[in-house]
Amino acid sequence: MSKFTPRDWASHPSYLSPEYKSSRLRGVSRNLVEIDPELAELTGPAFGEEVLGPLDNDLTRNGRVNGEPLGERIIVTGRVLDENGDPVPNTLVEVWQANAAGRYVHIRDQHDAPLDPNFLGAGRCVTDENGEYRFMTIKPGAYPWGNHPNAWRPNHIHFSLFGPTIATRLVTQMYFPGDPLLDLDPIYQSVPAQSRERLVSQFSIDVTEENYALGYVFDIVLRGVNATPVEA
Amino acid sequence: MVMKQTPSQTVGPYFAYGLTAQQYHYPHSQYADGCLVTDQTQGERIRIVGRVLDGHGDVVDDAMIEIWQANAAGRFDHPNDAREARPLDPAFKGFGRFGTGTTPDNSFRFDTIKPGAIRDGVAPFISVIVFGRGIMNHAYTRLYFSDETTANAADPVLEKVPADRRNTLIATRNDTATGVEYRFDIRMQGDNETVFFDF
Ligand SMILES: [Fe+2]
Repeated sequence: MSKFTPRDWASHPSYLSPEYKSSRLRGVSRNLVEIDPELAELTGPAFGEEVLGPLDNDLTRNGRVNGEPLGERIIVTGRVLDENGDPVPNTLVEVWQANAAGRYVHIRDQHDAPLDPNFLGAGRCVTDENGEYRFMTIKPGAYPWGNHPNAWRPNHIHFSLFGPTIATRLVTQMYFPGDPLLDLDPIYQSVPAQSRERLVSQFSIDVTEENYALGYVFDIVLRGVNATPVEA
Repeated sequence: MVMKQTPSQTVGPYFAYGLTAQQYHYPHSQYADGCLVTDQTQGERIRIVGRVLDGHGDVVDDAMIEIWQANAAGRFDHPNDAREARPLDPAFKGFGRFGTGTTPDNSFRFDTIKPGAIRDGVAPFISVIVFGRGIMNHAYTRLYFSDETTANAADPVLEKVPADRRNTLIATRNDTATGVEYRFDIRMQGDNETVFFDF
């Protein structure tokens, strides 16, 4: 039977992170019940290229109505790896984000900043055989939220990944280097101090395309899975 | 271990147009939703309905639920399950995803089939993953079936759960005018907090 490395609770936030108000009534409060992983946890949905549309990895194009979206074009790329450093190939990466003004298309986002008719802010791609993914997008703006007085979320992009089984599932957020709001953000700060910087992408002049877009690198590490098929 | 895990973060309140776009009528595609079956799918048709409740008992209207299950023969559609004796069903993948923001009572709803037991001696179940604003790490639970009393009593995972909390994992069967429905509410906190697993 295949095994995988446990969820590393020293790397993840606590379910109850009271500075982030919404966690107080929604975070799991009782101890998790440990079970031995079996087939149900050693399998999961396998989505590949077949779910991709032609512009899914280009958020500067997939929401266009009558022109180009406004804001700073960026490239976001990186590798999806497991804890052994092995690439996680052919796995689905979904992203969503605010526009350059810090406004989400989501109907509940009532922030007084303009929507961009040419920007949706959602995309997806599949990692290649080296575990690499790549998006073209617009740098998201910061936005205010109601958590505490004068609360602002740092610039961020939401990520959702599967990996090989449901055990490797990960939803996270990618941040940008040097953002002064990181020190003030209870969601980012909910992550143990020694692990936070793993959520901050790095500027890369090598990924940057001349006269076109800045490049940021964000590598993502999932639980390690040793995928050995289970015989009858 | 040469690498450290990337920390989890909440899915936040605005996932709908990215992860469940068609359900919420945003102009973006969606590759998995609340309907796991087609006319060709084998097995007993069931509907799963439930709500996510917070520590005050209030309904969470911006949670996202994913389910993963075996087919009617107890086989998972994944290379790690290579058990030829249990046939794959080409009309069943076993994965669903549904946000709690579109139904009148903010319930999640899945049209699926009742899975077969994945091996002898275990009860049939569906794996459930809960995401939401305020939920820092997605939470894993399992849905078992109220009409499987005998199998549930012998199930080794249910056995690991304290007896007074097992009921939080049992979905209640109702035979309705529109088919078999199982009710499965998920309580994040409180007296009857749902059992969540780590594995
Ligand atoms: Fe956000």
